[in-house]
Amino acid sequence: MAALRDIQNKIAAVKKTRQITRAMNMVAAARLRQVQERTERFRPYAAKFSEVLGSLSEGIDQEAHPLLAQPEQVNRVALILITADRGLCGSFNMNLILQAQKFMTQQKSEGREVAFYAVGRKGIEFFNRRNVEFAEKLPGVMNVVDFDLATQVARLGLGAFLSGEVQEVYLLYSRFRSIVSQIPTVEKLLPISPEAAGDEDESSQEYLTEPSAEEILVDLLPRYLNVRVYSGLLETSTSENAARMAAMDNATKNCKDLIQNLTLAFNKARQAAITTELMDIVGGAEALKAG
Amino acid sequence: MANKILLEVVTPDKLLLSKEVEVVVATGVDGEFGVLHGHVPFLASLDIGEMRFKDGNQTEYAAIAGGFAEVTGEKVTILAEAAELAREIDIDRAQRARERAQQRVDKSRAEELDYARAEAAMQRAMMRLKVAGRSGGMAV
Repeated sequence: MAALRDIQNKIAAVKKTRQITRAMNMVAAARLRQVQERTERFRPYAAKFSEVLGSLSEGIDQEAHPLLAQPEQVNRVALILITADRGLCGSFNMNLILQAQKFMTQQKSEGREVAFYAVGRKGIEFFNRRNVEFAEKLPGVMNVVDFDLATQVARLGLGAFLSGEVQEVYLLYSRFRSIVSQIPTVEKLLPISPEAAGDEDESSQEYLTEPSAEEILVDLLPRYLNVRVYSGLLETSTSENAARMAAMDNATKNCKDLIQNLTLAFNKARQAAITTELMDIVGGAEALKAG
Repeated sequence: MANKILLEVVTPDKLLLSKEVEVVVATGVDGEFGVLHGHVPFLASLDIGEMRFKDGNQTEYAAIAGGFAEVTGEKVTILAEAAELAREIDIDRAQRARERAQQRVDKSRAEELDYARAEAAMQRAMMRLKVAGRSGGMAV
């Protein structure tokens, strides 16, 4: 029976798809754990860092450092967009891309130009197709998110800012709220706002410093940028894997439903075939008896 | 016995070390400094350099690739973007890194690009090798 064979083939194909989506779900889960571990290990560093920075930036002239100086006029800003390298993670990349487009439109409506930096292949592909100009692109780096990558990305923004090419630098990444909720978030990296830097005030300590507090700050602020970018990268990577896990879980469920429906159809067709055959036999027997 | 001070070395990748020691000596940008229990609160910028700490009659070394040290009376926190304990340094890897850095330095000198960065990489590689050589347990 041709119809029966067709349904059977389809069932086999869907089962294979389910196998793949299930495997991808597990891979994403494993990666998610890895990235979360990384985030966990990074936390003490980040916490200590903002604590030190907080107590240090008190009583220091905000204009003392170029990274703290608020610009008088902004006519060009940099946007660093972080997306994943790979798809199959639901609307994760698209959400980030849409947010980037919104940001650029908004900046343009305020008469500012946007220098566009993209990290991660998906964002690059999208804007490439739309002939958006890139200041710099880093494809294929989101597989292993480490501190070196953060330094590299931070340096791009820092370079553009210090050379006066842009007056503000923004980072667009995906904030990880929970397994089911990841939120595209725009954050101003540069100039560093004093509130962001000095979030510690209750246990602030008077330090003896070597060299002077100002000089330490000069050393510390660029590193602070690395810390911010690294946590952005980690959050995005966490979000990506969470999104992929959810997407693959859904796909696996859909496969299950499909298989169920197909099996039902198969059984019905088989029963129909048997019934027809029986009718034939009974009809034949009746005819013989009559004869 | 003198009071001990808690030494913590924190990098973005992990908490490298958390240990009670007698004395910590680190390389600041203005030179080496030593810290004992009860030091006044102190904050220093660290150069690419070695750090050593002593507990009993055992001295250990670590390579620090720049960062900060925060000192309170009971605790020294070293915040480094990269750090390795001497006994954990893979000499072969460090050797290769040094060669790579050398090539980068040569290349950037010829092309006048990013010389400072290549040089810093070189410095870090040299420091790792130097510190690795210390793991034999030489005296301070």
